[in-house]
Amino acid sequence: MDFGFCLSPSSHVKMDSVDLTTFNRLKEINPDVNTCIACGSCTATCTAGNFTEMSFRRMLLMLQRGKEDEAKKMIQRCMLCGKCTLVCPRGINIRKILLDITR
Amino acid sequence: MNSQIFHPFVLPFVLGMAFVLTYCLVGLIRVISQLPKDDRKKFWRSLVTPKTAWANIRDLFGDCLFHVKIWKRNPVLGYMHTAIAFGWFMIIVIGHVMLFTLKPLQGVEVERLQGMFTNFYYPIFFKYFAEETPVFAFLMDFFLLMIISGILIAVVKKIHSKIVGVKRVMHFGFADSLIRFALWTIFPFRLIAEKTNIMAFWWLYSIDLLIFMCMLPFTRYMHIPTEALFILLRHAGIKVTEPRKGYVLAELYSCPSCGLCIDACPMSVNDKMSGNTSAYFMKKLRNKDTEESQRIAETCLMCGKCVKICPLSIESCDIKFSQRASIPYNINSDHSYLNVISTEAEKSSKVLYFAGCMTQLTPKIMRAMKQIMEKAGEDYQFMDENGVICCGRPMMLSGKTAEAKAMVEKNTELIKKSGATKLVLSCPICYKVFKEEYHLEGIEIQHHTQYIDELVKTGKLKVSKGDVNYVYHDPCELGRAFEIYDEPREVLENVGNLRKAKSEKEISICCGGSLGSFTLTQQERDEITANSVNDLMFNNPDEIVTACPLCLKTFARKSPVKVKDIAEVVSEKI
Ligand code: SF4
Ligand code: SF4
Ligand code: SF4
Ligand code: SF4
Repeated sequence: MDFGFCLSPSSHVKMDSVDLTTFNRLKEINPDVNTCIACGSCTATCTAGNFTEMSFRRMLLMLQRGKEDEAKKMIQRCMLCGKCTLVCPRGINIRKILLDITR
Repeated sequence: MNSQIFHPFVLPFVLGMAFVLTYCLVGLIRVISQLPKDDRKKFWRSLVTPKTAWANIRDLFGDCLFHVKIWKRNPVLGYMHTAIAFGWFMIIVIGHVMLFTLKPLQGVEVERLQGMFTNFYYPIFFKYFAEETPVFAFLMDFFLLMIISGILIAVVKKIHSKIVGVKRVMHFGFADSLIRFALWTIFPFRLIAEKTNIMAFWWLYSIDLLIFMCMLPFTRYMHIPTEALFILLRHAGIKVTEPRKGYVLAELYSCPSCGLCIDACPMSVNDKMSGNTSAYFMKKLRNKDTEESQRIAETCLMCGKCVKICPLSIESCDIKFSQRASIPYNINSDHSYLNVISTEAEKSSKVLYFAGCMTQLTPKIMRAMKQIMEKAGEDYQFMDENGVICCGRPMMLSGKTAEAKAMVEKNTELIKKSGATKLVLSCPICYKVFKEEYHLEGIEIQHHTQYIDELVKTGKLKVSKGDVNYVYHDPCELGRAFEIYDEPREVLENVGNLRKAKSEKEISICCGGSLGSFTLTQQERDEITANSVNDLMFNNPDEIVTACPLCLKTFARKSPVKVKDIAEVVSEKI
């Protein structure tokens, strides 16, 4: 709720009204996004994350909350180096998912 | 014997020939007109440059007629191709010689017919129209039988391909089966016609040729005329630029779907994945199946084995790259943040060591390299001890060369500022991109296998020999891409015993971890890895040694024995 007293804009998300088409389409092509356990290994190893706020784990979260633009903005930082894919304990094909989000 | 100089049975053949020649001419004009202007100039020039002209002649005979490369892979298949191609060629040549040196059959109504036909027609069905001498008769029969022996092998291959040493063959549709049947029957019909002179067989022979030639442009047999053009274009030094135009068109139609790349491909560990091999890719793209060809392009590991073993050296990987680039991903890369990285070198040194992303994930390689360089007393520094910028190759692998620019520029700057004269890399993926895409004039680029080999050979690094049995795995980007086969093997022989793998050097099997593939699932990759490990374990080595951090990580998942990087092995022995 925004009562007008906040210094920063509210991060409140109304789950009933968010548009999840991108996320649902993503889940359809890459069912493995469902298996993410949000362990953060991908983020910890991220080459771009070393210099920016890039985080695949957080990006999935953004998409789940319908914040598609923010997620796409984040992907611009990615170097597609593939370290995240190699360390993911669930064997999620992260590089492919990153590309699919932008399609 | 019939004594006419013209008989209507030649009409089907003449019709077919006219059609196929027209089609090829139009195709030729189309391909050449689609070439970029510079390439076209290159092409015309190459035809008159003695060196390329000689290479053209050599390969036109060697590849189109004698199929030298297939002989090297599989002599039975080599014979099959040579028998049919060379045999057919010789029949045409000898036939013409015969025709122009011998007189037509006796009692021909030459005069009556001359006026009608001589201008645009000459008798093609030699045996029917001209009289043979024993020498010619023998030669013609000899080559005819040679062709038929080749066809017999083809029939056996069709029924049971394993007999001729081929595990997987392509499956063809109706059109391809029909034209193949036509091809198989042409020569038996001719033999019967020549021996019995029954009119029906001459008709069958001619109609068979009509079917063959009319279907040729729409089936894989189009490779027969296209191959010649492809060889000329390749020798002109033309490279793949556009996905399905000009040069690529020539490549697409030159692939005869021979299927040799199916057995070779690491993905062929099961039937489902073998549909992702280059043979199918080429076919799908030829048939304008964009969706499937893009899918296959994204699945391929880009290990390059199919290109190495392809009898035509078709650059299927390059075509896949251009196909990837045509997929509308809007990644809009923005790597401007790299600008904040300081390029002020802390110190300057002779040797600069760049570990790369993958080596960061296998720190034992970095430690081993440090030990080695220190022991050898090298003046070195780490470029990326605390965090790394990607070399840019993974981005390029997705077909986005322009997007990798920021990384390439930043790394170039960092390297140049360091004042080093030698750049040592641990990752073959980086090695390839530094070698091919970076402009680092005056700086020697080495992979650590070469570097260690040099240190040992120049006596800077003393190693002791143990009695461990090693097998060496050739990483794709080091072996096939740069033919660095001997350096690592020589190093290993200095520290232990080297055993052979089943498939080595240019036919080594990709570990399955390649970043080249975007869509293979972990399970599929695991299957490929298991097969590759089996191949390496052929002579029961004690340890598997590789020279790529990605291979190391991938093999470690599946190997029954220890997997080590060559740097690790050496660091244990100093
Ligand atoms: S490493 Fe894999 S499981 Fe862990 S947060 Fe990243 S995607 Fe999810
Ligand atoms: S591929 Fe992209 S998200 Fe993954 S580690 Fe590399 S830079 Fe980070
Ligand atoms: S790409 Fe080469 S090896 Fe593969 S089917 Fe075509 S010609 Fe044969
Ligand atoms: S590059 Fe390697 S994985 Fe790809 S089709 Fe060729 S052999 Fe198979």
